[in-house]
Amino acid sequence: MITAFIEGPLWYFALVVFLIGVAWRLFAIARIGSKPDLSVPRRSAAVSGFMTSLRRFLPRREMGSRIRLHVLAGYMFHLGLFALLLFAAPHVLFLQEHLLGFGWTPMPYWAFIVTSQIAFAGLLLLWLHRVLNPVTRLISDADDHVAAVLTFVVMLTGCLALMEAFTGLRVLHRFTVELLMIYFPFSRLMHAFTFIPSRAYTGALFGRRGVDA
Amino acid sequence: MSSRLEQGVEAMRAQMDARVVSYFSSCVHCGICAEACLFFTETGDPRYTPIHKTEPMRKLWSQEYTFWGKLASKLGLSKPLTEQDFADWEMLVYDGCTMCARCSMVCPLGVDMAYIIRKVKEGLRAAGYSPPDLVAAAERARTIGSPMGVTVKTLEATIRVQEKETGLEIPLDKEGAEYLCLFSSGEIAGFPEYIGSLARIFKAAGVSWTISSQYFEATNTGVQLGDSGLAAELVERVVAAAEKLKVKTVVSPECGHAYRTIRWDAPNLIGRRLPFEVVQIMELLDQLRQDGRLKTDGTIDDRLSFHDPCNITRRGGVLKQPRELLNMVAPNFVEMTEHGAMNWCCGGGGGVSSNERANELRLQVFSVKKRQLDEVKVDTLVTSCSNCRHMLEDGLEENEMELELIGITELIAGHLVEETPDRGQ
Repeated sequence: MITAFIEGPLWYFALVVFLIGVAWRLFAIARIGSKPDLSVPRRSAAVSGFMTSLRRFLPRREMGSRIRLHVLAGYMFHLGLFALLLFAAPHVLFLQEHLLGFGWTPMPYWAFIVTSQIAFAGLLLLWLHRVLNPVTRLISDADDHVAAVLTFVVMLTGCLALMEAFTGLRVLHRFTVELLMIYFPFSRLMHAFTFIPSRAYTGALFGRRGVDA
Repeated sequence: MSSRLEQGVEAMRAQMDARVVSYFSSCVHCGICAEACLFFTETGDPRYTPIHKTEPMRKLWSQEYTFWGKLASKLGLSKPLTEQDFADWEMLVYDGCTMCARCSMVCPLGVDMAYIIRKVKEGLRAAGYSPPDLVAAAERARTIGSPMGVTVKTLEATIRVQEKETGLEIPLDKEGAEYLCLFSSGEIAGFPEYIGSLARIFKAAGVSWTISSQYFEATNTGVQLGDSGLAAELVERVVAAAEKLKVKTVVSPECGHAYRTIRWDAPNLIGRRLPFEVVQIMELLDQLRQDGRLKTDGTIDDRLSFHDPCNITRRGGVLKQPRELLNMVAPNFVEMTEHGAMNWCCGGGGGVSSNERANELRLQVFSVKKRQLDEVKVDTLVTSCSNCRHMLEDGLEENEMELELIGITELIAGHLVEETPDRGQ
């Protein structure tokens, strides 16, 4: 009965909360609006905004060793997470059967193990940095820790589920994913979407002045 | 809630826009911005983390724009902004930030901290939490027309001295001139040779220019203080002076925030486009070079480097022009490791230089510039901002560093081919 609830109503509830929540947050930002910039631009704000939204995937060379840990752990976690999300065999199958109607070649089992280790190491490094570094310790709040713990639990249950020893583990993973989806729009996890306008605004401002930001 | 606190909160609330909300929604508290800020790197104090300096505004955003914040406020579980918050952040924002925006260049989420800090200042100012020196400078700007109290009589006296030194007429209130030159009070009081240098260059290049006795001040203390009303009032004075003399272009001098303000902020402050073009003096000199109207003779043999003023380079977009000008006269020009859009600030921008209580901290964070200069081992340092020049002078003296310091305009004027150009005029 619990399995049916998690795979039925709770799944749909989580999906609706996630989709409507994310859309609402993005709409709310757009609704506030910003005053138009009346200064005469040197070049296109739109193009600059787009370029900055891509450019910021890479760290600035000048920051060098000062942010090596941030960059390394950040890439490990994010690339690992997205690789697992899109190429783990059960995810491909799930997307094919429940959402998209088509699938693609999943990653082999050994690649899953390696990728998940990398993602775990990245997440743990980021969290350790958060609690040990004086700067991140000062600026972090409860939301940062809840989001990190939830993500960790989702990844952990996902790894356990892949062992396919118990159906219960798969259901547990599904349950934690649904919790994450419900929490997502109300949390800093929203950065997965808001980074686009955020980078674009900054890129546009600097770009119209002739600076590649 | 006291009325002044209420005014501060209301002023900050009025500053909330889509950009600020998307920035706060995106920030993951990674702390990378701290590593780009000289106030953190040189003190090691995490309170100087740029995003932490925006905390009063973040708190307001959290309470009024997020689900959990609204819920906590309704249930009485969150603490509203207090006068103590404003008092605590006054020091961090006014003393520990030059709004150089180096942090804004490195945030992986694209958060422009300098943009938010400028808005936080509006709240602090409205609540009465601003440095007394900066408030006094703003009052002088409002009443006298200059944050340093430089009057038109002082300007006229300076012009007379420069006319005597150069043997050239310096045009005051010449209607219909092509260019109207503004100055910072710091230039008039500290580096008056800048005016003489302009006279010599413009004479040699055949440029029609003038100075307005009605309003000559380029700086804008309203922007530094976080008082948009005053900032707009000062911009309007420039507009009135330019319109009265019917000039086509206003030339912003060797002053960082003056350029950023009149070129980029001014139309937004007064709510309409400016009725003239704005160029920074580096842009004009480089244009004259490209047109073949600026000719130099000889070179400076010193090994020299260039300090990029944050508001002219990173926040102004004038990156190549000073280098093109230096290439005319300085064969031994070397770049510092981090230059251009990623330069390190002199430590005195954003009103910090006018805030005496921040002097100790400002000189402490100068250590980053000292390291840069020690690395390049130069004899001369050139810059294009008189405020940076003052700050660099202070820092060099404090660190007992023997370096020549000069402005680009002055450097170019020193190597000028002073012949009357045949331009068919």
